Amino acid sequence: MTPVALSVNRLCKSYSNGKEALKGISLSVPEGSFFALLGPNGAGKSTLINIMADTVVPTSGSIEFLGHDMFSERLWCKGNIGVVPQEVAFDPFFTPREVLSMVCGLYGQKPDMNWINDLLERLELAEYADKNTRQLSGGMRRRLLVAQALVHRPPLVVLDEPTAGVDVKLRRRLWYYMRELNASGTTILLTTHYLEEAEELCDHVAIIDRGNVITSSGMEKLLHEVAGSYLWLRYRDGWELGAADAEALSEFNPRMHEGQLCLTLNRMHLRQSTFHHAYESAMQRFGPPLDAGVCEEDLEDVFLRLTREEAV
Amino acid sequence: MNLRGTWTLFKRETHRFLKVNMQTVAAPALTAILYLIVFRYAMGDRQVPGMEVDYFTFLIPGLAMMTMLQNAFANTSSSIVIGKVMNVHIYLLMAPLSAIEMVIAFLAAAVLRAVIVATVFLLVLTPFVDLSIHHFGLVLVYGICGSIIMGGMGLIGGMWSENFDSMSMVNNFIILPLTFLSGVFYSIKQLPPLWQQASHFNPFFYLIDGFRHGFLGVGDSDPFLSIGIVAGFALATVLTCWHLWRIGWRLKE
Repeated sequence: MTPVALSVNRLCKSYSNGKEALKGISLSVPEGSFFALLGPNGAGKSTLINIMADTVVPTSGSIEFLGHDMFSERLWCKGNIGVVPQEVAFDPFFTPREVLSMVCGLYGQKPDMNWINDLLERLELAEYADKNTRQLSGGMRRRLLVAQALVHRPPLVVLDEPTAGVDVKLRRRLWYYMRELNASGTTILLTTHYLEEAEELCDHVAIIDRGNVITSSGMEKLLHEVAGSYLWLRYRDGWELGAADAEALSEFNPRMHEGQLCLTLNRMHLRQSTFHHAYESAMQRFGPPLDAGVCEEDLEDVFLRLTREEAV
Repeated sequence: MNLRGTWTLFKRETHRFLKVNMQTVAAPALTAILYLIVFRYAMGDRQVPGMEVDYFTFLIPGLAMMTMLQNAFANTSSSIVIGKVMNVHIYLLMAPLSAIEMVIAFLAAAVLRAVIVATVFLLVLTPFVDLSIHHFGLVLVYGICGSIIMGGMGLIGGMWSENFDSMSMVNNFIILPLTFLSGVFYSIKQLPPLWQQASHFNPFFYLIDGFRHGFLGVGDSDPFLSIGIVAGFALATVLTCWHLWRIGWRLKE
């Protein structure tokens, strides 16, 4: 069994306004993995990350990080995690090179100029290394934020939506860089709203919603076991699924997605017979569709189905 | 102990005010000099009642100390508030520095700024006035304790404030009145008895008076007795800052 880098145990957080952001989350992130933490807005992803960054104080529960208790050995843990927060912000007084050597110093390390230059080079910031951070574009600031989290060479890097609002070209570059980092042995915990990004990069995935873990497993396992196939049916424009119809078709977990009615096909039976049953049931209620087809679920479908089921 | 981290934070805090030194060093020194010129001409050669000094000589150490106190406060408070408003304070919270290391770095930078501003103010004056120091030890102890207290107040005020508005409220409604009414511009012996009594409850009174005593050799209270009060107050401020930073008061959710 692979050793565990991060083990979250029954972590709870209630904010002072009464919002329960985490309701006893348990997760385990294997060492060396590229772990996707997914969930809709308000699921508790950032709360979990902010607890690791020590900007949010948990209500109860514990986190074990490489064999150290995160809350009793705070300083050790902080020194070995690099967090890229969601919001981009910089002290307006410094240049990227100064920012990086300062972060190094705060982490108790002598700034290693070769490594800092290497980071600036790789994240394509070398040209701007000695300009004020105010002069950097949004994309450069985002990359500087990544460099800042890596400059003390932590074994665990946590990225909170690093590619949000980032253009395609830069997103690809960040992917490339994160992959390289992971290949060199760094454990990466990534939150993102781009599910194809998670599917592309990550080998492990957890989906959380409303402060609970819905599923957590290897990416392939999830796609293989949890992902099923579904029948989609398209009717005239503006067609809606009524509550009575939804009730009658409940065994297929009916839902609307991009104007199409989707019916889950059960894997437990032979696909053909499930398909036939689903199709016949829809025909009986709605008549023949304009178009129809069968699709394998990708991560996005699984995500939508699981987070929707929770809502019911 | 993360010594390098503490040193780095100290350097950062120093760097912040030195980069904008016109605003953080030259401007406050100039303000103090303007006060001095204005009062010099308004008061003439009048003597301070009950002391063997003229008003001008009396004013200089008080103004130097007031400037130190205000700048120590400004250094820590502005750093924390800017951090909160711009959301860069999270990098400090994430850094592997203990609360006491953070507090030490912040306070050391505040003391340094206070000392630099006061030195600039006094150096500008040296060609024009006789600045003999009666007891250098007192000047040093009061100057440093005062800057620690105000640097600490600035930390607490900065943590409390959500934005620049609430920060300037603390500054204008608490800090400024306390420093102005602490006997910088008058000897408390000139006050009615009730206000003389009240002045003894203003911690800034002891700071200004003791500091001035170091320069002039005369004052309104026993400076060696006041050292106890001032040092105790400085220690209490540091301990409060330490505790508040440790629990992340108004910094962490």
